[in-house]
Amino acid sequence: MTPTTLQSERVPAGWHHRHLLDLERLTGDEIRLLLDTAALFKEATDNCRRKLAVLTGSTVVNLFFENSTRTRTSFSLAARRLGADVVDFSASTSSLSKGESFIDTARNLEAMGIDAVVVRHSTPGTPHLLAQHLDVGVINAGDGPHEHPTQGLLDIFSIRERLGDLNGVTVGLVGDIAHSRTARSNLWGLVKLGAKVILCGPPTLVSPRWRELGVEVSHNLDEIVPRCDVLNLLRIQFERQNMRPFPSVREYAHLYAMTSDRLTRAKPDLLILAPGPINRGVEMTAEVADCRQSLILDQVTNGLAVRMGVLWLTCGPRDPGAATISPSSLPHRSHS
Amino acid sequence: MSTLLIHGGRVVDPAQNIDRVDDVLVRDGRVAEIGRSDAVADQTIDATGLVVSPGLIDMHVHLREPGREEDETIETGTRAALAGGFTSVACIPNTEPPIDTQAAVEFIHQKAARADTCNVFVVGCVSRNREGKELAEIGQLVEAGAVAFSDDGAPVYDAELMRRAFEYCRMFDKPILAHEEVLELSRGGVMNEGLVSLVLGLTGMPAAAEEVMIGRDIALSEVTGGRLHVMHVSTAGGVELIRAAKARGASVTAEACPHHFTLTDEGLRGFDSNHKMSPPLRTAADVEGIIAGLVDGTIDCIATDHAPHAPEKKMLELDRAPFGILGLETAVGLTVTRLVSPGKIGWSRMIEAMSTLPARILGVDRGTLRPGAVADITVIDPNLSWKVDVKSFQSKSVNSPFDGWTLQGRAVATIVAGRVKYRLGRD
Repeated sequence: MTPTTLQSERVPAGWHHRHLLDLERLTGDEIRLLLDTAALFKEATDNCRRKLAVLTGSTVVNLFFENSTRTRTSFSLAARRLGADVVDFSASTSSLSKGESFIDTARNLEAMGIDAVVVRHSTPGTPHLLAQHLDVGVINAGDGPHEHPTQGLLDIFSIRERLGDLNGVTVGLVGDIAHSRTARSNLWGLVKLGAKVILCGPPTLVSPRWRELGVEVSHNLDEIVPRCDVLNLLRIQFERQNMRPFPSVREYAHLYAMTSDRLTRAKPDLLILAPGPINRGVEMTAEVADCRQSLILDQVTNGLAVRMGVLWLTCGPRDPGAATISPSSLPHRSHS
Repeated sequence: MSTLLIHGGRVVDPAQNIDRVDDVLVRDGRVAEIGRSDAVADQTIDATGLVVSPGLIDMHVHLREPGREEDETIETGTRAALAGGFTSVACIPNTEPPIDTQAAVEFIHQKAARADTCNVFVVGCVSRNREGKELAEIGQLVEAGAVAFSDDGAPVYDAELMRRAFEYCRMFDKPILAHEEVLELSRGGVMNEGLVSLVLGLTGMPAAAEEVMIGRDIALSEVTGGRLHVMHVSTAGGVELIRAAKARGASVTAEACPHHFTLTDEGLRGFDSNHKMSPPLRTAADVEGIIAGLVDGTIDCIATDHAPHAPEKKMLELDRAPFGILGLETAVGLTVTRLVSPGKIGWSRMIEAMSTLPARILGVDRGTLRPGAVADITVIDPNLSWKVDVKSFQSKSVNSPFDGWTLQGRAVATIVAGRVKYRLGRD
């Protein structure tokens, strides 16, 4: 498949899913296919600037139950670049405030003849429930602290663009792991591609139990900085916390903010990522955000590429008769 | 004079140390005798190959009436009980309004009499309006027939109030049925805190939230001499605390629910709200701890915490869906399948946990087939393999994660005061 022939292509045979709900349940090969597809779209659209009308006639609904500006904009732009129609639906303007359940809301949208739903919700698993109840593609744009698969993919895409293969690369995810869907999607994607993952932050935000998944847990940023090839600095999600998990922002920044001083002790080609929005002075200082190793703006562009790829895999033409995995092939426990 | 002969079954009555094949003759609603009988009865049940036991008692049932009749009513809930083999239930008072007055107790009795199904024993509130601020009129509730006291749904949070409740209930020899949870530790939680909650990004309820409160209540029970009954123990650590308290001779009893000895928090991976209950499904190690507690008697009883919720309430995002799981119609099947068939407990222990001891803890005149006793009897087919179908449930709600499971063992006849109130396939 080359950029010039993309318009006549079908969704590759290696992609069997109807939805993109999380990265946990994808294989390494499926994640590579997602990334390769995104790369193709990035090239074919001249760095995501040009249109490539492969989804003309499709309708994508942004169903956002939680505030978002950048992710929604990114999905909208990606869909429009591919020629799809986009409808924005936000909970505050909907009948949800009149007591309708979110499943009924989604069913109503489905009845209007749409092809995919991009859903964001504050509760983990909501996209999975929608996928069980709707007969259209569901793309998770963030479900509470659970997953944000396109964010994970675009972070990994950005690293891969610079470093090539991720096998053996050491990536530190620093900050509010407990409340971060970005951390979880990164973790699964990185592990499946062979990277070494270090989760770093205070024990109130980074549970030692993550070790049971084979990743390293550290509470000491100074110790891990020299060992990392990539640092992904995650935002402190004050809005999701019951009780502040550290004594003060000042103390947090003292222990865990990435500073120029800490940068001097890192590998010279250390890459800095941040999923944004960033709290300058909390997760990192301004100098670090704007330093030459910062991929923060690459991430934004690559977000478009990844979302174009995902939308195409979800809504694009499939070979007739090609097997798809049913929406809810979620594991059901049998009793033993 | 009417007679009922239950012929040729395996009669299991732990209260009399009976476990043998025999006949049970019922006359005028009471057990007449256990022994070979050639009597010609008005009605005969052939129980060959079946287990005949004193009527099962579920001491933890939410009937929802008054106030939440869209979830369950006294009539539908007690029909579900009969279909599950229960001849008695104790109903928990977290209704709207809560059962904290004589009039409210009387209302339940009236409704139960009108339903004419199984026995309904009323649990009264510990605190007035279930607010946890001052004692309910416990003495008058006892006079009205309340058999125990509980603010279940929530813990009795004020430690001094709990202490006073123990002291006061002691005067009537009534137990306090305690929901053990430190609310600050489980705030916002929807499932067990552990690796699964970590991966799913769902707020967890740590085992410590239960264990800390069990520890407090054991201490208060010991200092006052009041009777503590720990409801729905879900953690291995909780079992351990109760075991140690019993070894010291504390006045403590406990119950466990079939879902807590069957399912784990892995069930939440599908984000199905039917797996959301409080206390939550725990880990495999906790399941083993609960089973060990049932085997050695640390946990006295099996109770279901039957908690119906109408589908439109349960079919919501996980954090908005209410806690609760149906229990009455799957309890026997789950207990036989999980505990009896694999040889972890025998039939005698199962009947003790589901009839003898609940009767003793509640102080009700049930739970035995002793001649002269009220003839509440359950007949169970121990080998019947059946598929759970929530659509066929008598309960008004369908919130069971066991839908579609194949279970072994089912009540085939439920007899209340000598009258056959339920027969499988004949209702």
